[in-house]
Amino acid sequence: MSWLIVLPLLIPLSTAILCLVIPKRAVQRYLSLTGAIALLAAALALLNQVGQRGISAVQISNWQAPFGITFVADHFSALMVVVTGVVALAVALYALAESDTQREGLGYHALTHFLLVGVNGAFLTGDLFNLYVWFEVLLLSSFVLMILGGGKAQLSGGVKYFAVSLLSSILFLSSVGLLYGATGALNMADLALRVGEVPPGLLSALAMMFLVAFGLKAAVFPFFFWLPASYPAPPVIISALFAGLLTKVGVYALIRVFTLLFTHETAFTHTVILWIAGLTLLLGVLAALAQGEIRRILSFQLVSHIGYMLMGLGILTPLALTGSVFYALNHMIIISALFLMAGLIYRLQGTGVLVSMGGLYRSHPWLAVLFLLPALSLAGIPPFSGFWAKLTLVTAGLQAQQYWIVAAALLVGLLTLLSMGIVFAEAFWKDAPKAAPTGAQAQPVPTGDRPDGAQAQPVPIGDRAREWAALGVPIAGLVLLSLGIGLWAEPLLSLSQTAAQELLEPSRYIQAVLGVSR
Amino acid sequence: MEILLSFLVGGLFAVGVYLMLRPHLIQFLIGFLIVGNAANLLIFTAGRLGSQFPPLVQENGTVLQPIANPLPQALILTAIVIGFALAAFGIVLFFRTHQVLGTLNAEEMPETFEAAPVPSLVDEPDTSIRRPQEPNPS
Repeated sequence: MSWLIVLPLLIPLSTAILCLVIPKRAVQRYLSLTGAIALLAAALALLNQVGQRGISAVQISNWQAPFGITFVADHFSALMVVVTGVVALAVALYALAESDTQREGLGYHALTHFLLVGVNGAFLTGDLFNLYVWFEVLLLSSFVLMILGGGKAQLSGGVKYFAVSLLSSILFLSSVGLLYGATGALNMADLALRVGEVPPGLLSALAMMFLVAFGLKAAVFPFFFWLPASYPAPPVIISALFAGLLTKVGVYALIRVFTLLFTHETAFTHTVILWIAGLTLLLGVLAALAQGEIRRILSFQLVSHIGYMLMGLGILTPLALTGSVFYALNHMIIISALFLMAGLIYRLQGTGVLVSMGGLYRSHPWLAVLFLLPALSLAGIPPFSGFWAKLTLVTAGLQAQQYWIVAAALLVGLLTLLSMGIVFAEAFWKDAPKAAPTGAQAQPVPTGDRPDGAQAQPVPIGDRAREWAALGVPIAGLVLLSLGIGLWAEPLLSLSQTAAQELLEPSRYIQAVLGVSR
Repeated sequence: MEILLSFLVGGLFAVGVYLMLRPHLIQFLIGFLIVGNAANLLIFTAGRLGSQFPPLVQENGTVLQPIANPLPQALILTAIVIGFALAAFGIVLFFRTHQVLGTLNAEEMPETFEAAPVPSLVDEPDTSIRRPQEPNPS
């Protein structure tokens, strides 16, 4: 059943192609939804298979590794693919209630599924150059999605996103070239066997090049500036997908190469990663506190919480890596829910600027609950999944005696709570502003939703239960998932633990790819 | 030959990265094209030079030695295609940006919502937001 590994690629690819050839909007929407459901089902089947048989690998066209293209599914990549399916399903469901005819006509549905092809390809590939190609697939789709519709804010943010992504791609390509020159291999399992022959100094230099290339994609300190500049610009059905998936691909790539390839001098490389993690955590959350628009706050929160995932990688104990994997999965779910929630608030209020909104608790108390739960989970309050993720990382940090990073992690949790509390107080508790926002305030804020950059009006949500269901169900589903993971953390934690063990013992990965002979 | 090419790659990288760091988008694009070629040359050089014969089996079953390393060429071919797609997209993106925003200077493009006012942390919101004629509760 090795074809199961490529199914998470084939399903979105065929969905995207079908969406391209069927121009009818209503058909595309449900096709997109069906594709997302099928992707989730395939991902769960893949996870089940990996759980039963261990790491699975498939050699495309029977060209044996290390010569052909290899796809590998271990617990880490299978879990990432599952959560990708969850996020894709939530966004596809939410998009049903958005009446964005213009963007849908421009190929929104096809592009999201091309994006999913790239994301899943990056998670499942076992070849470094192939990883570069999948990065390009997801980047090109995301470039088009970012500027789809061509609003002023979108173009302005899209240019920065494009430029930074190009730089990181070139850097990644050059690093792959140099690593190939040094080892003569591109297959990651083969590379893992051969990196020992490379002089450690050269290998450390290469590791730093990969760190910069993937760090740019993962938006870590000091390379995070492009993310808050671009993510708030496109509509939320696009930015929620980006927030949930794209930076995590960078994190995935970092964890993969820094557990499989660059473990020769952890005292140096992983200390650098730990510093980056700490600075990302602190600067991200402090910048989030200085923002006045909800999606921009969430963008900085996204940056900040990447630091937690790198913290586990930097400590590099089994428990710490368990925490990293668990945190990445949990964060993908929560941040997508929060971005979708921000879109809903934006839709109800016609603005995302905190000072000019309010009174939502009075008009929609259930929405307040739906916002508060993922917000508390993001901050790491006990009954939610975020708590277990942070607890694991903090315990691992204490065991490894990395006290300052633990202090930073706990402080950032507190500041996250403050930041989310401000959003809650401003959007939900505060009375609605008496007058409509004055012109002077409203004018300089480009909304990104209109091509002319004009202030958008609140889009009334009809009384129709169907529309409310399409908007509320995906958010509620993600929130309940986070709550469920929090209350029954054991299954996912043990899966993450298995993933971490596989990451720390590359021999099983190498054996699965190259066969028993080595 | 490898040493010569290494210096060429280094020089191209220096020129290209400098151009990519300039604020003007056309300079950025030219920089990207130069760096892209530099990266391709780098892969080519990393794959070892000096061999002259194509990696083909002749009709009589012999292989001409030394054969050229075909893998870097396959990689470069892929990278060229991707680079071409990115450059084409970039040109259209910058053209559209110029049409809509009226500038190609990245520093003149505002960040979305950067100017949004930050809510006050104290209970009483900033009075400048309230209308002045609002009745005093006391």
